[in-house]
Amino acid sequence: MKRIVVLAKQVPDTANISGDAMKADGTVNRAALPAIFNPEDLNALEMALTVKDRIGAEVHVITMGPPKAVEILKHALYMGADYVGLITDRRFAAADTLATSYVLAAAIKKIGAVDLVLAGRQAIDGDTAQVGPQVADKIGFNQVTYVSALREVNDNYLIVERDGEVQTEVIKAAYPVLLTVCAEANTPRFPNCRRMLRFFRLDMNDNTGIIPVINMDDLALAEERCGLKGSPTRVHKIKSIMLKGGELKMYGTDVTDIRQLVRDIMKDYVEVG
Amino acid sequence: MKSVVFIEKNPVTKRLRNVSLELTYKAYTLSHPQGSEVVGVFCGEALPEDSDRLFQFGMDRLLYHTDQRLAQLHSLAYKQVLEAMIRAEKPEIVLFGATHTGRDVAPLIASSLKTGLTADCTQLYTDEYKDRGKILYQMRPAFGGNILATIVTPDHRPMMATVREGVMLLPEEHLQNPVRMEEFAIDFNDIWLKSEFMEIIPKVKKVDLAAANIVVSGGAGVGNRENFRLIRELARALGGEVGASRAAVDFGFIEKDHQVGQTGSVVRPKLYIACGISGQIQHRAGMEESQKILAINKDPEAPIFNIAHMGIIGDLNEIIPVMLRYLKEEV
Repeated sequence: MKRIVVLAKQVPDTANISGDAMKADGTVNRAALPAIFNPEDLNALEMALTVKDRIGAEVHVITMGPPKAVEILKHALYMGADYVGLITDRRFAAADTLATSYVLAAAIKKIGAVDLVLAGRQAIDGDTAQVGPQVADKIGFNQVTYVSALREVNDNYLIVERDGEVQTEVIKAAYPVLLTVCAEANTPRFPNCRRMLRFFRLDMNDNTGIIPVINMDDLALAEERCGLKGSPTRVHKIKSIMLKGGELKMYGTDVTDIRQLVRDIMKDYVEVG
Repeated sequence: MKSVVFIEKNPVTKRLRNVSLELTYKAYTLSHPQGSEVVGVFCGEALPEDSDRLFQFGMDRLLYHTDQRLAQLHSLAYKQVLEAMIRAEKPEIVLFGATHTGRDVAPLIASSLKTGLTADCTQLYTDEYKDRGKILYQMRPAFGGNILATIVTPDHRPMMATVREGVMLLPEEHLQNPVRMEEFAIDFNDIWLKSEFMEIIPKVKKVDLAAANIVVSGGAGVGNRENFRLIRELARALGGEVGASRAAVDFGFIEKDHQVGQTGSVVRPKLYIACGISGQIQHRAGMEESQKILAINKDPEAPIFNIAHMGIIGDLNEIIPVMLRYLKEEV
């Protein structure tokens, strides 16, 4: 039976910024954004569960994040994950992609005998798409990024489609391999009601042991490679985006106004003939 | 500060991708004032047909390794070859296009070199940093584009960044550097070829938003897939291309190829018409350099009006049909 690890991240819902999250000066109040399961990580989990449905597999979902990231692990259990783990430690804070991949790679090695690692193509808070490949490098796996479809899976290999921008690449990849999965690849299943009833009271490190907490010492990591210390990049400055004003010519919704607008557009921008 | 630029070929046209020219010129503006070199690195089955053009944009040397086995993106093989070139050149700056190839390989190399990589930069410049002398400042939108972060890599070299196609501008006038291409030898190992490419399916004509003079885009405010027909009709009537916000794509109104913004295409048309698009920064990152912006939106408070040059407050489903009628009359 194949052993699959899915890398998941809890992210602020940057795609749906509405009223409360917008400050008076037009900038975003990041603290007010709801935290969600990174959308493409759900596609990665769905792909893992599809593999499990087709050939049988043990699906592990791990996340590195603050204690409240336990919420997405519960969601993973509702969907059908077999094992989950919350990798959390204050010393992991402010990690960039290099330091994050160092920790996740160690967690995958600790699970051991892993055949397939699946991650979302990218997370919506950073949009870097770097952690998946950097984990592949550290665990020595082959990788296929931008996976847009799963065509075939068996005990020896997977056949996937990769979105190569100008072309679609049909790739046969033997295990072990790491795939980063795009939103187009599938539609994540709904949580299962029975599983929700079974798992919704869980918390990390409770007496069920279903959601174990894993820290830096559990993974025997070097502190200087974790968190801010292990991150070559530094955020030098952050500027909240403020809308810039400009000269704006308004038109009414009256037919004559719209006609004027059309004339202005035609005159300046449309090459006739 | 010496720069290395990853040079990429469009596998369909066999020519250079624009982003390679854009980054070559950007690297030239970063390295040349300090008397440093710009070196291109390429691997693939054969050089792009128009490789000479790189030298009109500030390239000093192009290192290449060609091998039939590199015809497709074998991530590990690309990593091995490009990393060997980077190690040999010891640059301070390494730039990759934020393409599906660059974003596949650059993180592998940064991981292996244990250095910093900043994705999707929109501005790059050099300046003094504490006692480190001049370093690279990398600006990028984050948080769905709601903040603009300046990232630095103070203590690790090289400082690596990716930049999306269409973000960096090309110069008005060409440079005339002599063409210098050098073959790079490496002991190629077949164990780097882990994937088997069974079939390559060229995509049917991709939407070419970047080349369009007029882009008509629809957002969540269009309401449904059926109404999106109006956006297409307006684009057709104006001889423009159809764009969309991320929300419109997420709602399934239109295919992702049409998406404009931080995670879609970056466009700078003469006229950009934003219909039912509120103008979140994630979208603006892809279109705010347009020469003129016309916003059509029901919500007078929509942020798009703050960057628009022309605006109508109202329902696009009523306004666009009237526009279409008059457009036909004018023609």
